[in-house]
Amino acid sequence: MKKHKLMLGNEAIALALVENGCRIATSYPGTPSSEILSSVAAIRRDLDAKMHVQWAINEKVAFEIAYTGSMSGLRSAVSMKQVGLNVASDPLMSAVYTGVKGGFLVISADDPGPHSSQTEQDSRFLGMVAKVPVLAPDSPAHARELVAKGFQLSEAFEIPVMLCPTTRVCHACQDILPGEVFRTDAEADFQKNPSRWAATPVFRNILHKELCEKLSRIAEFLPTTPIWWNPEASGSRAVVASGVAAAHTREILEELGLWEKVPFYQVVQPYPLHASFVSSVLDWYEEVLVLEEPAPVIEMQMLDRRKVRGKASGAVPEAGELLPETIESILLEFTEAAPVMPVKRDPGPPGRRPTLCAGCPHRASFYAIRKAAPNGIYPSDIGCYTLGLNLGAVDTVLCMGAAVGQAAGFRQAYRLSGKEVDIVSTIGDSTFFHAGLPGLIDAVVQGVEFVLVILDNSVTAMTGFQPTPATGKGAGGETTGVVDIEGLVRACGVGFCKVGTPSGFEAFVALVKEALAFSRSNGGPAVVIAKEPCVMSRQNKGRVLSKAAVTKFCSGCRHCIEQFGCPAILFDKESGRALIDEAFCAGCGVCPHVCRLGAIVMEEEKSR
Amino acid sequence: MSCEQAQRPSSMRQQILVSGVGGQGVLFVSRLLAEAAIGQGSSVLTSEIHGMAQRGGTVVSHLKVGGFAGPLIREGRADGLIVLKEENLGPHARFLAHSGWVVVNSKSTASEAGLGLFAVDAEGLAKKSGYARGTNLVILGFFISKLGDVLGKDRIFCGEDSLRKAIEKRFTNNRSALEESIAAFDLGIRYGKE
Repeated sequence: MKKHKLMLGNEAIALALVENGCRIATSYPGTPSSEILSSVAAIRRDLDAKMHVQWAINEKVAFEIAYTGSMSGLRSAVSMKQVGLNVASDPLMSAVYTGVKGGFLVISADDPGPHSSQTEQDSRFLGMVAKVPVLAPDSPAHARELVAKGFQLSEAFEIPVMLCPTTRVCHACQDILPGEVFRTDAEADFQKNPSRWAATPVFRNILHKELCEKLSRIAEFLPTTPIWWNPEASGSRAVVASGVAAAHTREILEELGLWEKVPFYQVVQPYPLHASFVSSVLDWYEEVLVLEEPAPVIEMQMLDRRKVRGKASGAVPEAGELLPETIESILLEFTEAAPVMPVKRDPGPPGRRPTLCAGCPHRASFYAIRKAAPNGIYPSDIGCYTLGLNLGAVDTVLCMGAAVGQAAGFRQAYRLSGKEVDIVSTIGDSTFFHAGLPGLIDAVVQGVEFVLVILDNSVTAMTGFQPTPATGKGAGGETTGVVDIEGLVRACGVGFCKVGTPSGFEAFVALVKEALAFSRSNGGPAVVIAKEPCVMSRQNKGRVLSKAAVTKFCSGCRHCIEQFGCPAILFDKESGRALIDEAFCAGCGVCPHVCRLGAIVMEEEKSR
Repeated sequence: MSCEQAQRPSSMRQQILVSGVGGQGVLFVSRLLAEAAIGQGSSVLTSEIHGMAQRGGTVVSHLKVGGFAGPLIREGRADGLIVLKEENLGPHARFLAHSGWVVVNSKSTASEAGLGLFAVDAEGLAKKSGYARGTNLVILGFFISKLGDVLGKDRIFCGEDSLRKAIEKRFTNNRSALEESIAAFDLGIRYGKE
C-alpha cells in the first residue's frame, strides 16, 4: 500500500513529471526551482522510468533540448527560475508559434518578495507576451495535479504550456500520496514539415493566426476552468484569486466567517483567462477583487475598471509578496466585514544577513583582490559570491554573466575619460559557462584591460551543489564529458590564464597582481582561476584540518571581524579580543594573513 | 466553472514557527515535525526558505498541521515558536498568539511556565554530551517532553513516539547518525522532564 510522503513542492512537480510519462527533463539551477530536476533524477531512478534527465549549460540550451524532444513526439519539460526564463525567452517566443507534438511543459518558478532573485518579475506576464497558456498552482499537491493537466492541454492544442509555481509552492512541503507511473511506449519520431518547423516569415504569419485561434479555444478549455469554491455564497462582491494568494484567501475567508457571504473563485489558468468566466463574473457582481502576485495579469484581462479592484485600482500592493496578513486586511476592507484596523507593518528588527560560510574559498579570493587592487572597481555576478558584498569586494551585480560585460563597460567609459582604474571582476564557474563566455570573447576582440577571477569551486553551490560542465557528473550522478575552464579561456584568445589556490593566500595575492600587471601592459583581459572546492560540498569533506586560534597579541582592533567577516571569528567582550568559534572554524588558514599583528595562528594539524 | 468542496478544518489544527539561522537545522526540525504529523495521519503544510538566506542568514519555517490551505502563518496566529537562535525571539515574537508558547535555545533565559516560555541551553547540553551537531534534536526532545507535561499531551499535535519514528525514518541508512540523533533527542527529553 502506498503511504503519504512529505514532499517539497519541487519534489511533487518532479513526481508528477515522472508519473505522467515525461521522457526528457532539462534545467539550469536557480532558486526556487532547483530541486525539480534533482528530484526527477532521483524519482526516475526509484521508479525505473526511462528518461533523459540533464542539467544544461543555461536555460536557453535546456529549453531547446526539451522542446526538441517534444517535437520528436515525447513528453518533455524544462524547469528554471523566473529570471532564467529571460535567458530562454528567445526559443520560447518562437516555439509557441511552431507548437509541439509530445506534451511540453515550461516550468518557470516565480519569486515574489523577492527572496532569492534580482527581480520580482512575473513569468505569467512573459507567458502573456509569448502567447503561451499559463497554469498557476496554489500548493505542492495542486502543482502535481497541474502537471497532468498541463500535458493534457499541451497535447490537445499542440502548444507549449507554462507552469508557474512560486517560492511558496516550490518550497512548501505537503503530504502527498504517490500514484502510478504512466508507462508510455512513445518513441522519437520526428515528422519533417519545413513550413512548420523551419517556418519563414510567410509561414510565421499563418502560424500566428493559428496560435490566436488556439488561444481563444484554450480560453474555453474545461479542465483548467476557474474553481468556484462556494456557490452558496450570496454576496454582490466577489473575490478572484490565483496561486498561493488563492490558498491564503480560502483559509482567511473561512476564518473570518465570510465563506457563506463572499463568492470566491480560484483562477487556475491565469492566461488566457476563460472568456465565459470573465463575462459571468463581471455580469453577476457589483465589484470584483483580484488577488494575485506579482503582476496584475488576471486583472488586465478583466477590462471593467468600474467593477474591478486590484493592483491597478490601488486596492492591492503592486510590489512585494502578498502575505496573508495583507490579504486579510484587503479582504476586510473590500467586504466591509469589520472595521479595518490600520495594518501593523512592523517587520521587527532585521534578521541576520547571509554571509559566506566559514572557510569559504571565495572569502580568501575577495580579500586577496582588495589587497591586490585596493582602489579597483569590482563587478561581480550571480551566486554565493554575491556575498562578497560584505567584504567590500563586490560593487555591481546585474544578471548572469554581467561581471564580464560590465568590466568592459567600465573600461570603455574610463578610457574615454582618460582615467586609470583597476577593474577586477569575479564570476563563478557555473555562471562563467552559463553566460560569461560570450562577454570574454568580446573583451578579447576589443582589447579590454581587466582581470577576470573565475571562482572555480567545481560546483553550482548556491542552488544546492549541482554539477557544472567541468564536473564530469550528470544530474543522476552518471559520468559525463568534461570541459576544462583553463583550456576554454585560452581558446578564447586570452593571453594570461593562470590557476591559483585562494587559501594559499600570499601567493594568490601575488597572482592577482601579476594578472593586473599583464593586463595593463598587454592591453587585454587576464584571467585568474581561483580553484578550490566548496567547503560545503561533499568532495571537501574529511579533509584533515587545523583550526585557527587567537593569541594574547590580539589588540581587539576588530580588523579581522569587520574586514574579513568570517562567521567563525567572534568578538569576546570579556577578554576584549577576537575569539575563534571552533564549531564553525573550517581551518582554511587564511585569517592569520588578515591579522596585522600576527595574533591569529593555526593550531597544529589535527583531524576533525 | 467547476465546483469543489472546500477542505474543512480537522479537529487538531496547530501552527508552529521554527526559527534560527542557516546551518542550525531549522528545515530539518520542521520536516521531522511534519513527518511526525503525517505518521499520525494528519495533513500538513510547511513553508521554507532556501537559497541565499541559508548562508548563515535568518531562516524560518512555518508548520501548519491539520486542514490548512495556505502555507504561511499570519502574525498573532502561531500556537508556538521553536527558536533555535535566541536573537530571533525579538523579530519573530509577533507571530505568536496570545495564549502561545515559546521554546527557546538560550544560555541565560530561565523557563517561565506561566508565560509559556520554556528555555533550554541546547547548545551547551549538546556540546557537553559530545553531540555538538545535535543541538536541534536536543531542542526537539525538550519541546516534546516539556510541553507534553506542562500543556497536556492532547494539546500538541504529535507525541514523542511519532517524532522518534520520524527520526528513525530519516536516518534509515545511516546507523551512526541515527544513534547520535536519538541520543541527542533523548538528552532533550530528559532535560525537559527535570
